[in-house]
Amino acid sequence: MKTFRIGGVHPAENKLSAGKKIEPMALPKQAVFPLSQHIGAPAVACVAKGDMVKVGTKIADAGGFVSAAIFSSVSGKVAKIDSIIDASGYRKPAIFIDVIGDEWEESIDRSEELVTECALEPAEIVAKIKNAGIVGMGGACFPTHVKLTPPPGSKAECVIINAVECEPYLTADHQLMLEKPEQILVGVSLLMKAVNVTKGYIGIENNKPDAIALMREKAAKYPNIEIVPLKVQYPQGGEKQLIDAVIGRQVPNPPAIPIAVGAVVQNVGTAYAVYEAVIKNKPLFERVVTVTGKALANSSNLLTRMGTPMNMLIEAAGGMPENTGKIIGGGPMMGKALLNAEVPICKGSSGVLLMTEEESVRGKEQNCIRCAKCVGACPMGLEPYLLAKLGEYNDWERAENEDIMTCIECGCCTFTCPSNRPLLDWIRLAKNTVGGIIRERNMKK
Amino acid sequence: MANKLKLSLSPHVHSGDSVSKNMRWVIIAMLPAMLWSFYAFGLGAVIVTATSVASCVFFEWAINKFILKNDQCTLCDYSAVVTGILLAFNLPANLPLYIIIIGALFALGVVKMTFGGLGCNLFNPALAARVFLLISFPVKMTMFPEVGQMTAYADAVTAATPLANLAKTDLMPLFMGNVGGSLGEVSALCLLIGLIILIATRTITWHIPVSILATVFALTGLLHIAYPVEVATPWHHLFGGGLMLGAVFMATDYVTSPMTAKGQLIYGFCIGFLTVAIRVFGAYPEGMSFAILIMNAFVPLINNACKPQRFAKEVKK
Repeated sequence: MKTFRIGGVHPAENKLSAGKKIEPMALPKQAVFPLSQHIGAPAVACVAKGDMVKVGTKIADAGGFVSAAIFSSVSGKVAKIDSIIDASGYRKPAIFIDVIGDEWEESIDRSEELVTECALEPAEIVAKIKNAGIVGMGGACFPTHVKLTPPPGSKAECVIINAVECEPYLTADHQLMLEKPEQILVGVSLLMKAVNVTKGYIGIENNKPDAIALMREKAAKYPNIEIVPLKVQYPQGGEKQLIDAVIGRQVPNPPAIPIAVGAVVQNVGTAYAVYEAVIKNKPLFERVVTVTGKALANSSNLLTRMGTPMNMLIEAAGGMPENTGKIIGGGPMMGKALLNAEVPICKGSSGVLLMTEEESVRGKEQNCIRCAKCVGACPMGLEPYLLAKLGEYNDWERAENEDIMTCIECGCCTFTCPSNRPLLDWIRLAKNTVGGIIRERNMKK
Repeated sequence: MANKLKLSLSPHVHSGDSVSKNMRWVIIAMLPAMLWSFYAFGLGAVIVTATSVASCVFFEWAINKFILKNDQCTLCDYSAVVTGILLAFNLPANLPLYIIIIGALFALGVVKMTFGGLGCNLFNPALAARVFLLISFPVKMTMFPEVGQMTAYADAVTAATPLANLAKTDLMPLFMGNVGGSLGEVSALCLLIGLIILIATRTITWHIPVSILATVFALTGLLHIAYPVEVATPWHHLFGGGLMLGAVFMATDYVTSPMTAKGQLIYGFCIGFLTVAIRVFGAYPEGMSFAILIMNAFVPLINNACKPQRFAKEVKK
């Protein structure tokens, strides 16, 4: 079984919502669209208060090349352009739309009919993806058209689809593969065509044997697409780890990007969004979100319009349990704890996880016993115990020399520490500070 | 509702591993050797073990409470119990109580708590205490009761360690533990069972014990071929004296061993090398404790020199 070569851990999988059919969510009364839902420049609103919009109407233009347009997921009237605290915890400008009916743009093909043929040229595919506002849907939200535009001098050799879903609890990608395998495969071939490669891989963790079998069966018609079962090991879905596992190449440290080893990595949800955008003219305004938690009555996979507040999803899954101690946007390993449940679903919202009060309490911190379990767990080959100490002692220079900037913040070190030390907290502090120092130095040059 | 919510950075889940869990596995892994010592040395072994554990736990508690004024209950991590058992493992079964108590005070008071408690000590507390006692009470620490005196304690009949005359000792009793020696070191078999428990529960990795044992076996093997009369066979060296105890429980102490696999292999090799050098060429019949303590001092240097394989550095195609 293929896997990445360094480190890794195996958290309890807790896939409570596995096998639950994707159900469409009811429409919210008001939908909220933060203008910054992606990595790069924020989008620029192109509607004003009082404007009427339909489902699929563009409401914000991309604010640069590394940016993405935003489309309304509802029909109705723009109530205001204000700000909201989003999943990142920061207050950000957002467009508020009061929902009236459910009227779609005519250009969107709403039929279920599967279309596999596409006569578009690569550049046209990329343009369509860009014009649909598609970003990486695994959580990092990097604009997809940028990844499909290799910088001069580099050449893509293969497309790797990230269908690993290595985060515990989350099942949105898994269920999407079970329900839309053919559409995903068309999306993958479109992505391959867009970057002009003849080889595609779909990496799936081995805890989803039904998805592996189904995708294999459907992929028989696509000789260039290979389904790659992967060992259940976190962070198998980390971009660098996935490339290492699937094609055995290690992406060099930043500023190198995956294209340096010929790989273009896209999430499986992104591949589905690409199918809908290119074939069905449907911009990205809805996605599958896993709503889950041990105390939640009915963990589910919900097809949710962007801008829907998370508490509506929680209501749909049985209501907020009395003993909720933490609400997490995303999975438990890399997701963010949220200030409240008003936060709207965005392009990168793969899940909403409710943890009980008991689960939300960190263990008591003890002295480092130098057991080296963090060193063994780190998938980047770093020494987390040392980096955390350097962070604590503000030794930024040594932290840089110890390669702190290559940390992917996967959380394996904190997860594994028997002394309950908040290793990643310190490492993040040091990494941010060192990153600032490096930027300052580069500016002086 | 909202003000009840906790905010913290990811990860939001934990493996459930803990210091006390690891220490509990170490204690479980020590049980076979401990039970064997009760069987082999009877009452004396029970008295020595009980005194050692009780005084180690007492000194850790007392130093925390009265000197460091530390309210945190560090007893709950069981590390003082582990030190107590390990210290007892290194003592003869007829040792007077006051010597054991002095040893425990040295282990906890000087070697461990002075440096800041668990995780901060440079040297293995039990081992440093053993060497301290060996130098302070050279006669009492090197005369070991013979096996099978169930009710004897201070009056037990003693003999020197079989290491002094290793080549003439039969191999089977050496392996099983039917020879004189300090409590925990006599039965290589029980220690190997402990090693399997430690590795199977992922409490430790194989690197340190295997590299020590392999180094000693290879070096004594070569020396035995060169000097078949003077140097005992590698099997004798492997199963005799404190080698197995040191390789399984002493050198693998988390706090005082290197952090990376490469560093651990170097550490293990050096311990094996020093042990053989002291055993074969030195004045002491046993070199294991000195070798480990010497290498403890080199651990920070080894950690600096042996970095883990970074991702994407020296990529193998």
